[in-house]
Amino acid sequence: MKIAWDIFTIVAVMAGSFFFLAGTVGLLRFPDPLTRLHALTKADNLGLGLVVLGLLPQTHWPLDTIKLIAIWLFALLAGATVGQLMACTARRGGGPPK
Amino acid sequence: MNGPMLFGLCAAALIGFGLYSLIVNPQPLRKIIGFNIIGSGVFLLFGTIARRGAAVGMGGDPVPQALLITGIVVAFSATALAVSLLLRLFDEGGVVTLDNEAAPTETTTDPSDT
Amino acid sequence: MTLALAVDIGLAMLILAMAGWTIAVRDTFASVIGFVTYGLLLTLVWVRLAMPDVALTEAAMGGGLTGALLIGGAARLRRTEAAVRTERPGMLTRTLAAVLSATVTAALAICVLNLPDPAPTLAPDAAAKLGSTGVGNPVTAVLLAYRSMDTLLEAIVVLLALFGVWSLAHDRFWGGCPQLRTHADSEGILAYFARILPPIGIIVGVYIFWIGADFPGGKFQGATILAAMWLLVIGAGLAYFPPISQAWLRILLVAGPLVFMVIGFAGIVTAGAVFAYPIGFAKPLILAIEIALMPTLVLALALLVAGAPQRMPPQ
Repeated sequence: MKIAWDIFTIVAVMAGSFFFLAGTVGLLRFPDPLTRLHALTKADNLGLGLVVLGLLPQTHWPLDTIKLIAIWLFALLAGATVGQLMACTARRGGGPPK
Repeated sequence: MNGPMLFGLCAAALIGFGLYSLIVNPQPLRKIIGFNIIGSGVFLLFGTIARRGAAVGMGGDPVPQALLITGIVVAFSATALAVSLLLRLFDEGGVVTLDNEAAPTETTTDPSDT
Repeated sequence: MTLALAVDIGLAMLILAMAGWTIAVRDTFASVIGFVTYGLLLTLVWVRLAMPDVALTEAAMGGGLTGALLIGGAARLRRTEAAVRTERPGMLTRTLAAVLSATVTAALAICVLNLPDPAPTLAPDAAAKLGSTGVGNPVTAVLLAYRSMDTLLEAIVVLLALFGVWSLAHDRFWGGCPQLRTHADSEGILAYFARILPPIGIIVGVYIFWIGADFPGGKFQGATILAAMWLLVIGAGLAYFPPISQAWLRILLVAGPLVFMVIGFAGIVTAGAVFAYPIGFAKPLILAIEIALMPTLVLALALLVAGAPQRMPPQ
C-alpha cells in the first residue's frame, strides 16, 4: 500500500510541475497581459493543487494535512485577487499604479 | 564542497554585487536596494557560520540564528527610515538626486497634491 | 555529486542571477519586483540551511514588508526616473567599482574557504540550560533568555526608526495620520479580499507567535503577519491609520520595551543580575514580555511601512 501512495505522490507532483512549466512558458511567450495572467493563474491553481494533492499521503493526519490544504486555498484566494486587480489595471491601460 | 560552503561563497558574491550597485546606480532607491542586497549577503554569510555550528541535534548554532532574526528586523527598520528620507527629499524639490551640483529647484510641491 | 547538492547549486545560481537582474534592470519598479523575488528565493536558502525561524522572518520581512515599502516608494518616485538616469557614472568609476567589489568578494570567499574546522558552536551550551528557561525552541531561548538585552535594544531600534520616520512629516501635518495609496473601491475585489483574509490571518499570526516558544515561529514573524493584515484592511480603504498624536497609540508603542525593562531590571533584586529571571518564573516572565512586545511590534512595523503623516485628521 505504501508503495502505491509513493507512486501516486510522484505522478501527481510531476503533473503539477508540468503545469508550472507550461504556465512559465506561457508567461514568457504570450503576447499581452491578459493572456499572460491566464497562463500564470492556471499554473498556480492546477500546478500547486496537484503538488499539494500529491504530498497529502506523505503528511501526518490531521494537522499537517490541513495546513497543506490551507496553503493551497490561500494561494488560490491570493492568486484570484491579484489576478483580478492586475487585469483591471491592464484593461484601464495603465502600468503599475501611478 | 558542501551546502553551507556553497551558500557562503554565494553570500560573498552577493556582497560584491550589492556593493557595485550601491556605488554605480544613480537612483537613490536603487542604492537602498543595493544596500539591502549587501545586508542579505552578510546575513547569509553569518547563516553559513551558524549552520556549520550544528550540534546536539540542532540544525545550527542558535545564537547566530537569533542574531540573524534581530538583524533582519533592524535592516527593515533602517530601510523604512531611508525610504522615508528619500520621499521627503522628493516632496521638497520634486527631484531625487545625490548630485551636489544639480541643486534642487526651489519650488516646494505640496504633498497633498501628489 | 548528491541530489541535495545539485538542488543547492541550482538555488545559488538562481539567487545570483536574480540579484544580478535586480541590479542591472533599467526600470526601478522592475528592480523592486526583482528584489521581492530575490527575498523569497533567499527564504528557500534558509530552509535549505535548516533554519526555519530565520526563513519565516526573511519571508515576512525581507520579501513582504520591505517589498511593500519599496513598491510604495518606487511608485511615488516614478516621475524622477528619466532625470536620474542621466547621472549614470562614467566608465572609470564603473571599472573601479567593479574592481573594488570583486576584491571584497574574493577576500570574503577566501575567508569562507578557510573557516576553522571543527566549527566553533554555542549549541551545546544553549541546549544545556534550555530546561531552566521553560522554552522548547532554542532560538526563542536565545532571543528572550540568554541574550534578551539584544532583543530589548532591537525593539528600541524599531521604535527609534519609527520616530525618525514620523519626524520627517511636514510641520503642518505633525500629529496627523499616515496614509497609504489606497484602492478605495469599497465594493471591489480588494475590499472583498480584505474582509475575508484578516480573520484567518489574525489566527495564523497569533498561532505563529504562540508556537514560537517550542517550534519555529515567534513574535517577530507573528507580528509581521498581524501588521500585514492591518495594512491590507487600510490599503483596501476599509479603515484609516489613527493620528500619531493619539495617546493610546503612544502608550502601546512604549509599553513593550517598558515592560521588558521593568522585568529585566527587577532581575537585580529577584535573581541577582540584570535580565536574569528568578528560578521557576522564567517561562511566565518570558511570556509577559512577549505579550507586551506584540502590540508594540505590530503597530511599529505597520506604521514604518505607512511612512510620515500626510494629512490632518478630519475635525
